[in-house]
Amino acid sequence: MEILIEGVVSLVAEPGRIAMMLIGALLMYLGIKKQYEPTLLVPMGLGTILVNIPGSGVLMTGGEPGPFQILFDAGIETELFPLLLFIGIGAMIDFGPLLSNPFLLLFGAAAQFGIFFVIIVASLLGFDINDAASAGIIAAADGPTSIFVANSLGSKYMGAIMVAAYSYMALVPIIQPFAVKLVTTKKERQIRMNYNPRSVSKTAKILFPVIICVIAGLIAPDSLPLVGFLMFGNLLRECGVLDNLSQSAQNELVNLISILLGLCVSVKMEYHDFLQLDTLIIMGLGLLGFVMDSVGGVLFAKVLNIFRKEKINPMVGAAGISAFPMSSRVIQKLATEEDPQNFILMQAAGANVAGQIASVVAGGLVLGLLL
Amino acid sequence: MTFNMENLEIAVQILGLGWGGIFLVMLIIYLVSLALGRIFPPSDSE
Repeated sequence: MEILIEGVVSLVAEPGRIAMMLIGALLMYLGIKKQYEPTLLVPMGLGTILVNIPGSGVLMTGGEPGPFQILFDAGIETELFPLLLFIGIGAMIDFGPLLSNPFLLLFGAAAQFGIFFVIIVASLLGFDINDAASAGIIAAADGPTSIFVANSLGSKYMGAIMVAAYSYMALVPIIQPFAVKLVTTKKERQIRMNYNPRSVSKTAKILFPVIICVIAGLIAPDSLPLVGFLMFGNLLRECGVLDNLSQSAQNELVNLISILLGLCVSVKMEYHDFLQLDTLIIMGLGLLGFVMDSVGGVLFAKVLNIFRKEKINPMVGAAGISAFPMSSRVIQKLATEEDPQNFILMQAAGANVAGQIASVVAGGLVLGLLL
Repeated sequence: MTFNMENLEIAVQILGLGWGGIFLVMLIIYLVSLALGRIFPPSDSE
C-alpha cells in the first residue's frame, strides 16, 4: 500500500507524466475507435503510458537498460526496424499501374514539395538545420522514411516526428480534401481523363526494382538503404519464385516489426522530452508539410495542363504522396463528389505509387546533402 | 531556437538540389520505364 501511495504521489508531483498518459490513451483511442493506423498507434499509445510511469522498468531496470530501451537501441538506433518494414511495403506494392503509365512518376516528385517547404519554414523559425530537415521529412508521408532520416540526422524530436508522421498519414482523408480544394476549382476537379494503359511484361516488372536500385544508388547513394530494401521486397513479389517469402514479408514481417516499432518508439515519448513548445511546433510543421505536398502536386499538374492538349485532372498531382493507397482513394472520392461518372482512380494510384519511390529518394537526397 | 542565416541558405540549397534531384531521378526512371516497355514487350500470353 505504501509503495502504491508513493507511486501515486510521484506521479502527481509531475503532472507532465499524467498529460503524456492521456496522450497515450488518445493514441489508443484513435487507433481502436477510429481505426487510424491501429497497428502503430495502439502499441505506441500503451508504450507512452508505460514509459511515463515513474521509475518505469521498461526503460531502466536495476541500472541496466530495460526492454523498450534495448529494443530501441537494437531496432531504431541501428535503423533496422524501418528498413525491415520497407521489405514488407515493397512486397505489397504493384508497380504495374505506374509502369503502364510512367508519366505519372513526375507527380511523385512534385508532391514532395512539402518536405522542402517545411525545411525552409523551420529554418526561418530558428530550428537547427538537422531538426528542420527531420521536421520536413514528416511530409514524405512515409513513417519508416521519417524515422530513418530523423534518426540518421540525430534529431531530438524523434517522438514528435514519429507521432506526426503516422497520425497525419491516418488523417490524409481529412487533410487532402482541404488542401486540394484550396487550390482547385470545381471545374478542374471535374476534368475527366482517359485511361489507356500499356500492358507490362513480367520481365519488365522484375527488372524495374533492380534498375531503380542502380539509378538511385548512382545519383543518391544515401538513399540506397531505403530504396534497396523497398525494391528487394518488390523483387520478392515480382520474381514469381519466392511467393512464400513475399507473403511472409507482407504479413508476418510487417506485423512483427510494426508491433516492435510501435512499442520502442515510445522511448521518445517521455514527458520531459515531448511536452515542449518546440515539439508542438514540429507537429504543426508536419501538418503544414502534408498540406503543401498536395498543393505542390496540384500546382505541378496545373502547370503541365498549360502545355497539354489532353488535360490532367490536377487532383491526380496531389495523389503523388507516399500514403498508399489512401491518397488515391481520397482523390477518387473527391472526383466522384464533383462528377459521379468521373473515374481517375488508376491514374491516382499510379501517382501514389510514384510517391512511394519519390519519398525514399527524397529521404536519401536530404541525408546526402546534410551528412 | 535562434534564427541563423546560414541555416536558411542551406535550406534553400536543399530545396534546389533535393527537389531538383528527385525530379532528375524520377525523370530517369520514367525514361527507363519507357525503354523497358519497348525492349521487353508483353508476350501474347501476358
